Amino acid sequence: MAEMTRYDDSGARFWRVALYTTLIVFAVFYLLPLFVMLVTSFKSLDEIRQGNMLALPVQWTIEPWLKAWGTACVGLTCEGIHGYFWNSIKMVVPAVTISTILGALNGYVLTKWRFRGHKWIFALMLFGCFIPFQIVLIPMSQVLGKLGIAGDTAGLVLVHVTYGIGFSTLFFRNYYEAFPNELVKAAMIDGAGFFRIFWRIMLPSSGPIIVVTVIWQFTNIWNDFLFGASFAAGEGAPMTVALNNLVSSSTGVKEYNVHMAAAVIAAFPTLLVYVVAGRYFVRGLMAGSVKG
Amino acid sequence: MSEKNSAVADWLRQHLPKLVLSPSFAITIFFVYGFILYTAFISMTKSKMLPNLSKFVGFENYPKLWKTLNWQVALDNMLVFGFLYIVICGVLGLFLAILLDQKIRGEGFLRTTYLYPMALSFIVTGTAWKWFLNPGLGLEKSMHAWGFESFKFDWLINPDMAIYTIVIAGVWQSSGFVMAMFLAGLRGIDGEQLKAAQLDGASTFQTYWRIIIPQLRAVYLSAFVVLAHMAIKSYDLVVALTGGGPGRATEMPATFMYSYTFTRNQMGIGAASAMIMLMTIAAIIVPYLYAETREKQDG
Repeated sequence: MAEMTRYDDSGARFWRVALYTTLIVFAVFYLLPLFVMLVTSFKSLDEIRQGNMLALPVQWTIEPWLKAWGTACVGLTCEGIHGYFWNSIKMVVPAVTISTILGALNGYVLTKWRFRGHKWIFALMLFGCFIPFQIVLIPMSQVLGKLGIAGDTAGLVLVHVTYGIGFSTLFFRNYYEAFPNELVKAAMIDGAGFFRIFWRIMLPSSGPIIVVTVIWQFTNIWNDFLFGASFAAGEGAPMTVALNNLVSSSTGVKEYNVHMAAAVIAAFPTLLVYVVAGRYFVRGLMAGSVKG
Repeated sequence: MSEKNSAVADWLRQHLPKLVLSPSFAITIFFVYGFILYTAFISMTKSKMLPNLSKFVGFENYPKLWKTLNWQVALDNMLVFGFLYIVICGVLGLFLAILLDQKIRGEGFLRTTYLYPMALSFIVTGTAWKWFLNPGLGLEKSMHAWGFESFKFDWLINPDMAIYTIVIAGVWQSSGFVMAMFLAGLRGIDGEQLKAAQLDGASTFQTYWRIIIPQLRAVYLSAFVVLAHMAIKSYDLVVALTGGGPGRATEMPATFMYSYTFTRNQMGIGAASAMIMLMTIAAIIVPYLYAETREKQDG
């Protein structure tokens, strides 16, 4: 019997070791590209050409970071990526704010002030979340041109609000669906109106879903490339487009260290959000797919 | 006078919810459905550099599109990429979720590590992997430095293999997400049933194979829909990693649509390809959304 247990123990220990080893190997697989990006961004070009990609820098330098931020050539101008970084921020802040507010109001109407056909309206908006955006590129470029905001941050804000309200409405609708109707009814009997109920009763308990929606919209809009590349050429381009232009420009020496520094800068805001509020990020991912 | 005012106020109060919803609804109707119709119409015209609504040709662009070699290449790539991307992400995601479900110390850290690529832009992912797989300076050189002199890895510039680099980078980015979906599914399974199976003498492997894996059906479906949807739309990753090349080796429907519409001045053909993409996605998404919303009503 004692023999038996010992055998079981060592067998179990073998499996535990194998299990942890496998998990760690995969952790390395996921971390490796980020590690390589970081170490490359701190090396000089000479060291990159001579050394091992996976090795730590022999001579640490922040020169590539300064160059990526301030003096690297993107397209025709050589002022680094900082301008494009601000473009992205100027695009993301209003687009996230507007689409979240609209989504909250829509979700509120679609759950607490239902009228005939509310399901159809929601279904139509929901399908809009999933269309391949190639289908809207041609008419959108014409509309932006007519409005005089083609190639402009304002144009991108319009585009991202337009195609962001589907998801923000979905999030708030599903969240408010579970919110007790009795509270709303009681407030109505007390004479509270549409906005008063929203402001006093719905919003104070909407904290988590606001965080989920803001993170989802922020990540999607910051990371967008298709709309940025289609509607904002040159100086008005967002960060992702500038990064791609910087990396794929064929003139001169390829400065891999500068490219990697720029890539890390482009990734930084969304990574920060993920590390700080990962739980909400995952909830958004789930809500956007499984819709639970 | 005051009676009239209060009548207006009443009307307003009654219709306020609809008024609040109406801008979003109008935006959706115009910018989603109106635009779809417009693109559908463009796909039936001989538009070149700019939309030309007067040159109506009916469905002529569609057979022309299917005879275009680049489009055939794009579809082949789409099938290869989509199949491998979905299968590998699914298998890897399920595998990692099962491993993580074994009461692992440091689960939080590992989960975060597996999932963080999902927060990155595909452009960043493409840039990172392009460097990592760089034939001259990347992985190949590292292997040489470690003594594997004959190690050769030139998939990025090899037309036959380039599509697989997109699969690798895509799996790297999305498999953690699939893992999270499966993990949520695993955590939702009734513990009593598992205990009963274990009392009956079933091994861990048997419990998973016979009882747990079949119960995750809903997660397979969600994961499939999400991944298929991402595969069909994939544009950024291809642009950043290979630019559709070498040659046209990694052309995809999304890159095809973009180049035919905006750089090759064949807008009619480009619009037709966008319609095919829309219909493919609709064929997957519409039944899924229908089933999902149905289920909720019953429950």
